[in-house]
Amino acid sequence: MAPKKLAIIATKGSLDWAYPPFILASTAAALGYEVQVFFTFYGLQLLKKDPNLKVTPLGNPGMPMPGGMERFMPVMLTALPFMQRLMTVMMKAKMKKKGVASIEELRALCQEAEVKFIACQMTVDLFDMDADAFIPGIEFAGAAAFFEFAGSSDICLYI
Amino acid sequence: MAHDQELDASGLNCPLPILRAKKTLNAMTAGQVLHVIATDPGSVRDFDAFAKQTGNELAESREEGGKFHFLIKKG
Repeated sequence: MAPKKLAIIATKGSLDWAYPPFILASTAAALGYEVQVFFTFYGLQLLKKDPNLKVTPLGNPGMPMPGGMERFMPVMLTALPFMQRLMTVMMKAKMKKKGVASIEELRALCQEAEVKFIACQMTVDLFDMDADAFIPGIEFAGAAAFFEFAGSSDICLYI
Repeated sequence: MAHDQELDASGLNCPLPILRAKKTLNAMTAGQVLHVIATDPGSVRDFDAFAKQTGNELAESREEGGKFHFLIKKG
């Protein structure tokens, strides 16, 4: 029986958006799927050697906060200079405490499980990104090339 | 059932228990049994699904002393 295929298009570069593509890709790979992830636009941040991903409550009304703070936190407060850094630090601490893998670890597990990472060449050129800034073992290609795999995939996700 | 290898995934949450199990099973031969210990309650369903979808047999799934124990036989 041919393995099922999962294609993921990763377009976001914040800490909260980084987890779904890597968790889905690694889990599918563990279940025997053939997986390819196409990173485009801000998704390219997930392929950096030092991702340094952030998360912010600004514009994220669905983000839970400790102590139920989100119920009375005014939006303007979330725009204060230190809020993004504070929330990122707190989120990472919570992940560690709950035994959730870091992005780097999930990413490494994906590559170990032979998940193919493809960086969108067009975005790399657009933002004048240096190929050296990315982790090794990735390919650079365009959307048309990715469609070869995505077109015959059983599951295709846009994240 | 005796096991050939043991994997302690205590304190690790989804999807780490099954990812680690898959990695350990890769290095084992068919017929060998892997004993996985986990604390993540979600791992009960995860291992059930893992066994169904990968052709490995979930010989045993039980809770003991606050932890979950799985015996997976490599297919």
